Amino acid sequence: MSIEIRGVRKSFGAFQALRGVDLTVPSGELTALLGPSGCGKTTLLRIVAGLEEPDQGEVRHHGEPVADATPRDRNVGLVFQHYALFRHLTVFENVAFALRVRRRPRAEVDARVRELLGLVQLSGLEDRRPAQLSGGQRQRVALARALATRPRVLLLDEPFGALDARVRQDLRRWLRRLHDEIHLTTLFVTHDQEEAFEVADRVVLMNRGLVEQVGTPRQVFEEPASPFVMRFLGSVNAFPARVVGGRARVGGLEFDAPHREGGWSEEPAHLFVRPHELELFRTPAPESFAATVERVTPLGGTVRVELSAPSVEGGLEAELEPRRAEALALAPGDRVYAAPRRLRLFPAGPGDSLTSSGL
Amino acid sequence: MSATRRGVLPGFGLSTGLTVFWLGLVVLLPLSTLGLQTARLGPAQLWQVIASPRAVASYRLSLGASLGAAAINAVFGFLVAWVLVRYRFPGKALVDALVDLPFALPTAVSGIALTAVYSPHGWVGRFLEPLGIRVAFTPLGVLVALTFTGLPFVIRSVEPVLADLEPDVEEAAALLGATRRQVFRRVLFPAVLPATLTGFSLAFARALGEYGSVVFISGNMPFRTEVAPLLVMTRLEQFDYAGATALASVMLGASLLLLFAVNRLQRWTRARAGAP
Repeated sequence: MSIEIRGVRKSFGAFQALRGVDLTVPSGELTALLGPSGCGKTTLLRIVAGLEEPDQGEVRHHGEPVADATPRDRNVGLVFQHYALFRHLTVFENVAFALRVRRRPRAEVDARVRELLGLVQLSGLEDRRPAQLSGGQRQRVALARALATRPRVLLLDEPFGALDARVRQDLRRWLRRLHDEIHLTTLFVTHDQEEAFEVADRVVLMNRGLVEQVGTPRQVFEEPASPFVMRFLGSVNAFPARVVGGRARVGGLEFDAPHREGGWSEEPAHLFVRPHELELFRTPAPESFAATVERVTPLGGTVRVELSAPSVEGGLEAELEPRRAEALALAPGDRVYAAPRRLRLFPAGPGDSLTSSGL
Repeated sequence: MSATRRGVLPGFGLSTGLTVFWLGLVVLLPLSTLGLQTARLGPAQLWQVIASPRAVASYRLSLGASLGAAAINAVFGFLVAWVLVRYRFPGKALVDALVDLPFALPTAVSGIALTAVYSPHGWVGRFLEPLGIRVAFTPLGVLVALTFTGLPFVIRSVEPVLADLEPDVEEAAALLGATRRQVFRRVLFPAVLPATLTGFSLAFARALGEYGSVVFISGNMPFRTEVAPLLVMTRLEQFDYAGATALASVMLGASLLLLFAVNRLQRWTRARAGAP
């Protein structure tokens, strides 16, 4: 059961929530819609669910337009950020709701609800009311409720957004395992990169009502398609650069411009280096920034080093492995040389300055 | 909270003491004189006063019309609250203000206005008369007056609860395959029922004691359109204080019992509605 989204536009008054979105969610995959708040991801999800109508374009579920179907025929499971459970009903009746309104025989309802409560690991809590459950339990009830009629598509709108960090992490892993069991086409909205990467097969990055990039977590992280994606996924050192003769010039240094379809002409560009791809040396290295250590912060798995460099406005940030940091024994005030191991270059488009790239 | 265990909130003793003192001063003190006055009658006399056919007829009318009016208000009040919360329309602020008008009007004014409208020559009464429906000077008139004065209670109780319902919940129900009717019956109605009952009991209590708006439209015919509060007034005007308080005690007992029952029902529905 695939979802096809074609040329969808949607405005709320003067605000353009979606500005022409094309997207295909392949059957059986778990896809994350990732982006900052206001990027249109929730609006897109609501359109896919049929709760909103697009101004233009259409959504098809496995080739059939959803606009014509009643919600019952559409058979979409949706899990809301704030659970949206029926407070006056027990856990059992919440999960049974979709079957009850379809007037299914009692035995079938009973069997299906017990099966689902087992699936979400809430057996034994049938008679509780939502108010007597923890946030994580409530969200699992909501999920079981959404799955009751064996929907062909499951939609999750920031499902773990209202939960504690700890519970969120557990539920994330649990959701992934569940998906591996039932292989339901799933669309998952989140603004949390870690969550998207941990749970999803594919990530759709959205910004200002448009899709910026679609790919596996690895693809979007390793080969970001735009400065926005580069910045949104983790921290980054950004430099204004100029491409001359296939080489990028930054603050007195020159690097080979990475390969680009169509080649580089002489143009201004943005150069990005991830902190973990910036290597530090005590002695001068080729093509490196001379810098001074400002601050060393151990973060557990890595050590973050903040640097100031005369040739770079706003300073630099590097992330070292603890062993490397130990070997260098850096202290504030030390002189070091920072050499980018890998860099990414994007032509500077009109209106996208380095300081405000839509975040 | 037991006295030995100190609560988190300070001032439990002081605030409770003040509450009891205040309730005693405002509610119990006047009520106790009611009992004292009534006690001046001997048992046989008492029975004669409170069980006289005229008194029983007035209880029946008062209780019946009050229950009827509260029930009508529960249904239509729910509807008005629904419209006020769910829809936007020109003049909504005006409608909103109109709802409170029965509170603000002196009850005698409402009574005179209603009588003018429903009397056989009034604006509405004129058209009802040929149909054989008489409102003024009949028990129906009492019902109309009590419905009028009780209008705001259900609306103002239900409104905030309806407004607080998350749209998420209805969307979830719709996506789960519920029709509009099923969403209403299975999701909205149970959530709003406790508030509707609260409004019902308030409207009922108000109607039981209502006097000003009823006296004009009812015509006050003994055995037919005489409400219990009016009978009490009549006794008072004859300086029969003991008789008046005896009747009042009966009304008081009956309304206490009924309100208690409604409160129990309300608590039960609230627990069922999953409120904390």
